[in-house]
Amino acid sequence: MEDMLFYDRMQFAFTITFHYLFPQLTMGLSLMIVYFKWKFLRTHAETYNQAAKFWMKIFALNFAMGVVTGIPMEFQFGTNWAKFSELTGGIIGQTLAMEGMFSFFLESSFLGLFIFGEKLLGHKLHFVTGFLVFLGSWASGFLIIATHSWMQHPVGYEILENGKFVLNNFGALFTNEWLWPSYLHNQAASLVTASFVVAAIGAFYILNNKHHEFGKLFVKTGVIFGFISSILVAFPTGDMTAKNVVKHQPVTFAAMEGLFETVDGGSEIVLIGQPNMIDKTLDNKIAVPNILSFLTYQKWDAEIKGLNEFDESVYPTNIPGLYYAYHIMVGLGTIFIGLMLVAVVQLFRKKLYKTKWILWSLLFMLPFPYIANTTGWYTAELGRQPWLVYNLLRTSEGASPTVSAGNTLFTLLGFIGLYLLLGLLFLMLVGKIINKGPELIKH
Amino acid sequence: MELFWYIVLMTMLAVYVILDGYDFGAGIIHLFFAKTEKDKKAITNAIGPFWDANEVWLIAAGGVLFFAFPTLYASSFSGFYLPLIMILWLLIFRAIGLELRGQVHNKMWEAVWDKAFGVASLFLALFFGIALGNVVRGVNLGMVTNGVSAHEAHYFFLPLWNPTFSPQAEHLGIIDWFTLMLGIIGVVSLTIHGANWIIFKTNSDLNSKLKNVIFKLNIVLLALIILSLLVWHLIKPQPFYNFLQYPWLWVFPIIFFIGHLGLFKIKSFKKDGTGFLFSSMFLFGGLASTMASIFPKLLPSTNSTNPDLTIYNMAAHEYGLSVGIYWFVVAIILVVVYFTIQYKVFKGKMDDIGYGEH
Repeated sequence: MEDMLFYDRMQFAFTITFHYLFPQLTMGLSLMIVYFKWKFLRTHAETYNQAAKFWMKIFALNFAMGVVTGIPMEFQFGTNWAKFSELTGGIIGQTLAMEGMFSFFLESSFLGLFIFGEKLLGHKLHFVTGFLVFLGSWASGFLIIATHSWMQHPVGYEILENGKFVLNNFGALFTNEWLWPSYLHNQAASLVTASFVVAAIGAFYILNNKHHEFGKLFVKTGVIFGFISSILVAFPTGDMTAKNVVKHQPVTFAAMEGLFETVDGGSEIVLIGQPNMIDKTLDNKIAVPNILSFLTYQKWDAEIKGLNEFDESVYPTNIPGLYYAYHIMVGLGTIFIGLMLVAVVQLFRKKLYKTKWILWSLLFMLPFPYIANTTGWYTAELGRQPWLVYNLLRTSEGASPTVSAGNTLFTLLGFIGLYLLLGLLFLMLVGKIINKGPELIKH
Repeated sequence: MELFWYIVLMTMLAVYVILDGYDFGAGIIHLFFAKTEKDKKAITNAIGPFWDANEVWLIAAGGVLFFAFPTLYASSFSGFYLPLIMILWLLIFRAIGLELRGQVHNKMWEAVWDKAFGVASLFLALFFGIALGNVVRGVNLGMVTNGVSAHEAHYFFLPLWNPTFSPQAEHLGIIDWFTLMLGIIGVVSLTIHGANWIIFKTNSDLNSKLKNVIFKLNIVLLALIILSLLVWHLIKPQPFYNFLQYPWLWVFPIIFFIGHLGLFKIKSFKKDGTGFLFSSMFLFGGLASTMASIFPKLLPSTNSTNPDLTIYNMAAHEYGLSVGIYWFVVAIILVVVYFTIQYKVFKGKMDDIGYGEH
């Protein structure tokens, strides 16, 4: 039984982590492609059109990866989490079915037109198809986060005698307090990934003395989008999201911050330190006094509940994992703002394209938004444990009753092998597109 | 309310089979009949811009199943765990086969992804036929042995097969001679259907050969259908019960036979799209007849201890189902608009669109 739950969780964690490497780029990138295409319509400068086309290639490849790795996500609700699906399907089935009906059809119909239809449609309609693809992908994110938000903070439901959750207020799913901050936080983070990727490829071209004109355009666009979105991730969206956690999941917040004890006169913010679960303390701690109280309640001496105030049965199941995920996300988010600030300053001083260390930093920063997005999601998901539906349904009650541990291990290994192959193919092909560069692509 | 969502779900599944069915069929044709580079190009051009949107019907139908009949979704997806995961892997291979082939110009690279696309299509057609067979035959709900359930009444788990390959064994497998027969019917039907699509959407040199293929496969299909009708009562003692109760249901078998028998005249059709229309009719008629014969069951029980899963005992709560109608109507209108636009833009023959060329 324990094994079974472990493999079910590992399979979901592995497949969703791999899956979300792609949508986090495509959601943000679709907006940037729409921007390039819009600039082309305004200025008629062919560079913008070629830039849009170049990123469309990368987008299409990422999108295809997102689709093929996304289908297993929907299937797994039924295959591995049957009890959860049975009990809550009347509610989360709504938002997931809406995702299929509203966004997948929109995206898939117009992506084909966007990729193959430039000649048939003309530039204006081509722009419209791009915009619709953007709309579809953002709608998809919205409905997934609406589902996620219901699991974090269930609303608009009642529980029947047989344990089933049924919906009694459809509108509540979309006015959920948890939904909007999380959605905007996630979309801003997706834009961070896209802008860092665009800037990194631009930096690569400049440093490599290739496609100079595009290199500059990509760095400039990436840095401006990156600066704005890095700030939006932290404030106001990250701040609002954290306040939701304090309000509705105080034990999760304590674990995220590594707060083992409630402290009189205000809590410090931990920058670095390793949770020691035996002594219930942080080893090698570096912290700044009272800042956490201020950030949370805007009062230097506000009391924040530590883990000692809660019963161990409601502790997040993996406190060190949660703590590290959260601190890595926040740490990287801070570095992103710093780097983008310096880059924007240099851009306005017209020195950016010559400041080598910034270009190198932009290039090597490429993987980190992916790490920040992933650890952000780990914070949300590990933070919800041991619950599937917060405070109402435990993860251990949600797994499929008839699927044995051995079967799940077999399919998990299958997914690992298959995704390794997919990952290698993806890197090879995306490398090919980047190496070829924008100018050479002709239609 | 349950009935409304049942009809929605079945219609979406039928649309899925008709649309993605031609992709699978085209893949099978690609595997067995496309010899030259030109033939292969013609086939991938004919399905290139469509297959992704077609596959969405499966995902959307899965979503509607989850939402309207959550208990059935939970029960069947966990019970058919192994074949479903394998279907996922095959869908992935089909997709990457199609999308990656044109990315590198190298004979070996192309050959590998051609085969991936073709073989995955073949197995998908087979698996979907087998899946239909499992739904007709039913499963051992609750995993009953000697009258005692090992699990809750609506849960089960099927191995891929049991050593006897018998559909009447107490502990069934996914694959037995009955479900395999439906699997083969699936492969033959979809091959015909895919060939019709290629004829419809291309001017390829293959087309005249494909008409021959369709004619011959149609004979095979007729033989298989007669065989299945002869043995059907071994699995389902009263297959015509619903049809005798509600005679209007005969319209589905009639549509099926018009589509099927009409295809024998494939060589004299004047318009290239007629064949596709006929094979769509037999796919629709065949699926509708099969589902009508077991209505209102969604998944029959093969033991007497636990009840069948029906649209009534599987449905979600009333409020959710009624509120769903509002958004569903909006969504389906939009979907029709998208598909109209898509098929308008890519109307007619598709030989020159250059799918997969970068």
